[in-house]
Amino acid sequence: MIETVLTIIEPYLPIIKTVFAITCIGFGCSFALAIAAKFFEVKDDPRIGEVNELLPGANCGACGYAGCMDYAKAVVMDDAELNRCAPGGADLTATLAEYLGKTAEAAEKQVAIVLCMGTNDAAKCRFEYNGIADCRAAHLVGGGDKACTYGCLGYSSCATVCPTQAIEMVDGVAKVHPELCISCGKCVTACPRNLIKLVPEKNTVHILCSSNDKGPIVRKVCTKGCIGCTMCVKLTKEEESVFMDGFLAKIDYSKEVQNKVIVEKCPPKCIIDTTINN
Amino acid sequence: MVKLILIVISAVLVNNFVLSRFLGICPFLGVSKKTSTALGMSGAVVFVMTLAAAVTWLVQTYVLKPLDIGYMQTIAFILIIASLVQLVEIILKKFLPSLHAALGIFLPLITTNCAVLGMAVLAIQKNFTFVETVVFGFASSLGFALALVLFTGLREKIDRSNPPKAFKGVAIALITAALLSMAFMGFSGLVKI
Repeated sequence: MIETVLTIIEPYLPIIKTVFAITCIGFGCSFALAIAAKFFEVKDDPRIGEVNELLPGANCGACGYAGCMDYAKAVVMDDAELNRCAPGGADLTATLAEYLGKTAEAAEKQVAIVLCMGTNDAAKCRFEYNGIADCRAAHLVGGGDKACTYGCLGYSSCATVCPTQAIEMVDGVAKVHPELCISCGKCVTACPRNLIKLVPEKNTVHILCSSNDKGPIVRKVCTKGCIGCTMCVKLTKEEESVFMDGFLAKIDYSKEVQNKVIVEKCPPKCIIDTTINN
Repeated sequence: MVKLILIVISAVLVNNFVLSRFLGICPFLGVSKKTSTALGMSGAVVFVMTLAAAVTWLVQTYVLKPLDIGYMQTIAFILIIASLVQLVEIILKKFLPSLHAALGIFLPLITTNCAVLGMAVLAIQKNFTFVETVVFGFASSLGFALALVLFTGLREKIDRSNPPKAFKGVAIALITAALLSMAFMGFSGLVKI
């Protein structure tokens, strides 16, 4: 019985020997490391690990630190603000404050929004772009293929960097799904045209255009662009929630738009209310 | 004794790991911005390389050779070097936390520093004895340290001068490295080992 087993495994002996030898070396090394780790142990503040457990673990960098562990360290050791974590939001700030016995104001939840409505049928193209499918690359080629020099190029650079896949390309324009957005701000820096802004979630009325050109020029290149007619500004005169920045109407996100009739009245229909049409 | 001295001269000057064999370029360019970090890195490499030389020689002679599995050399050596680097990291974290923070990612990267593996493999190829291997490892790391510190000094000077815009940063650093390497070619033929 044993002899038959031996004859079967005989050709494989070199392999078994090799695997065994390398495994032994590995075990020896890990054993030595384990002893060294015990012997030279550095006692970290145990709260750092526990705070790290409380954090979402997205390592998105929205807090301005190199990752969740780094932020946890800063919170425990250097009294960093507790509301820096965007994915965790107000709940996490409360949990952290309770855990560390501190008081902290929750930061307002923000979501990213793409300020452009220039879809394939609304905005014209100047030429056919066949290069790398990346907005920054497209932007380098004569300012991009879109006739509007402000609009979304639609090569999904923002969607690529989004850690939660919250950005979708709809008809050649990026669209943020607010329920998935963790407001890390990566898309804001990725967009070569600075179209993406972080806005408070409670504001639902947005002007989705970034073109600062005069009305006739905007009309020529896009049917959904802000023509600078100032109608929305006039309609919200009392509340002062919309203002003109050059030839572009902008929402003052520190206020809430009360007179939502501007959504209907806007001639090119570039104002939206996310609670109605989304 | 004469052979040991020749090994040292060879590893430090003639066949300098960075400037003549072109091994370990990553930390050479990565940690050569400040003298203090360069010295720290050199210290870590000296420690890892000398220990690695001793341990890899022992493993090669008493494990791999008797078992006739010399072809597993690379894997076994990488395993040992990785463990040694971890060991250095643990020790540094305990005793020199500031240096640990300054070296940052480059410390674990000694694992993939080909100079360490290259030294271990070369020592076996040249049929060195144990003492010769340890001296070779130590001298090789000294050569690495010498190149790194020299280069850091040059880079610090360059930082203060004003090169043409196209050469700024890494470009001028690479050219400096090339010139330094050519300067070390002057040592070639000094000893044959």
